[in-house]
Amino acid sequence: MLAMNYRGPKRVRVDKKPEPTILHPEDAIVRVTRSCICGSDLHLYNGLVPDTRVGSTFGHEFVGVVEEIGSDVTNVKVGDNVLVPFNIACGKCAFCKQGLFGNCHEANSQATAVGGIFGYSHTAGGYDGGQAEYVRVPYANVGPTVIPEGMDPDDAVLLTDVVPTGYQAAEMGGIQKGDTVVIFGAGPIGIMAAKCSWLFGAGRVIVIDHIEYRLEFAKNYAQCEVYNFKSMDDPVLFIKKETDWMGADVCIDAVGAEAAGDVMQTITGRKLLLQAGSATALHWAINGVKKGGIVSIVGVYGPTDNLVPIGNVVNKGITIRANQASVKRLLPKLIKHVQDGLIDPKALITHRVPLEEIADAYHIFSEKLDNCIKPVLIPPSANR
Amino acid sequence: MEHKIKDYTRIKGWGVDADPENDPTYPIKNRTNEEHKGYSWERPPQQVVNMEILKSVERPNVSAVFGTSMPPSGLSGKLRRFAYQWSENTYTRWLTLIFADRVNEYEGIVEDIKSGNIPNIFAEKGWKAEWRLKPERLAIKIGTTAAIVTALLTVMIRKSK
Ligand SMILES: NC(=O)c1ccc[n+]([C@@H]2O[C@H](COP(=O)([O-])OP(=O)(O)OC[C@H]3O[C@@H](n4cnc5c(N)ncnc54)[C@H](O)[C@@H]3O)[C@@H](O)[C@H]2O)c1
Ligand SMILES: [Zn+2]
Ligand SMILES: [Zn+2]
Repeated sequence: MLAMNYRGPKRVRVDKKPEPTILHPEDAIVRVTRSCICGSDLHLYNGLVPDTRVGSTFGHEFVGVVEEIGSDVTNVKVGDNVLVPFNIACGKCAFCKQGLFGNCHEANSQATAVGGIFGYSHTAGGYDGGQAEYVRVPYANVGPTVIPEGMDPDDAVLLTDVVPTGYQAAEMGGIQKGDTVVIFGAGPIGIMAAKCSWLFGAGRVIVIDHIEYRLEFAKNYAQCEVYNFKSMDDPVLFIKKETDWMGADVCIDAVGAEAAGDVMQTITGRKLLLQAGSATALHWAINGVKKGGIVSIVGVYGPTDNLVPIGNVVNKGITIRANQASVKRLLPKLIKHVQDGLIDPKALITHRVPLEEIADAYHIFSEKLDNCIKPVLIPPSANR
Repeated sequence: MEHKIKDYTRIKGWGVDADPENDPTYPIKNRTNEEHKGYSWERPPQQVVNMEILKSVERPNVSAVFGTSMPPSGLSGKLRRFAYQWSENTYTRWLTLIFADRVNEYEGIVEDIKSGNIPNIFAEKGWKAEWRLKPERLAIKIGTTAAIVTALLTVMIRKSK
């Protein structure tokens, strides 16, 4: 089969690889019909995630058709059209039982701090991902969900990560009616977090980024205020002025380790790798939230350390909430929101690229070229 | 030495202000005391371990399922094995892994060349798209990168002979 092949920072290609096989009674093999590139993949692509081995296949956002199932699989059958949450979760461990499907303890031998994620380095379990024609899906009784009749597969593929993550970002913000919510990052995740903030009753939603076309997109898609931090002397001072000198009720970091905007953070975090990526957006979130406010982090950082003003977290009495999205927990509610027309996920898709042209797709998404918001890869066997 | 208190519920005032609503985690609300006791769940069947899986020292076992992508090999594999002897709490572990990743990149190039195909780094970096969308920026990049890559490849080819 054809599959993405990581060769080193900023170098990917498509190669022939053996098709995956059933290795566990609860496995399924899925023929991928669509898979996305995510902002999270950029951390791998840029070499920021430890134990990203050359030769592995990325991709944690995919939908497809069940081709084969293991002996204990009862929840899906061959031929089902499924969407597959990006977290690999057993459904049985103490964490899964609490609904923390992003923190399963039976899906990743390599790092206890990290759950199992498709195509996300050995630090997330060493699974090959969905940027391929076929993929092995462990715990098929738990993750894969049959795509409801009539749902567009483009909507379904964004329910594997982007919609739940944006939603959970807002949810963890504990938004109360009338709250001012500031979201850093106008990528798919930040845009979705802005959209979902309204569902929790926000009174004001502000998105900050430095890429003009993305801000424009966010403004139209999420009916929010948008500001370019390149035109600000100091983003935190800007937030203070915008909020009667109080700070925002809730700040959301939807940027993560690739953050721009601060030379010191960029050099130490992204160039020298002295920290686990650049923490500029998180720094701004902590300093821009009001006293007693909430900082919600969905932006992804590496497992070492980051420079953040932790003293201010104490002095201001800030609550920090963060996680990998618990996709399975949120799916029933979010499928309904999509069906009811409250969220229109597929509108985020700007690029459809054949799997074979994956290197170009990564480059375009990474460099934010061609007004790209969200690229989708289509494998040659998608329409079999 | 036994540090555990036998019955903490007898401590004066134990739990008087307990408030299940005041739990900021999501949703961790239906936790029972049993679940404070480590591996209390019925584990899924174990995937057969028939390849080298590096395991965090912060857990007693291999997870019930695991990924089978790229087992450790070569010099980078040696480095990874060393790294995994350290806990996730240490820089030694993570910085060694990052170093191993860099070594692995060069191993990848050698492996490509050995199997008879010189990697098209130009294509792998997505410069076709750059050429279509940002030709002027590409021109500058090519000048600098070509020089570095050529030098590097020459060294690698010599080494691998
Ligand atoms: N927690 C989860 O479950 C989860 C799931 C998916 C993605 N993520 C993470 O969410 C983050 C965003 O993902 P995405 O797909 O939207 O990525 P993306 O790369 O498309 O978007 C990131 C955006 O942040 C902007 N940005 C850079 N520096 C900034 C700064 N200092 N302030 C404000 N904006 C800044 C960039 O210009 C870009 O538009 C990534 O870190 C990704 O790993 C987390
Ligand atoms: Zn993702
Ligand atoms: Zn679990």
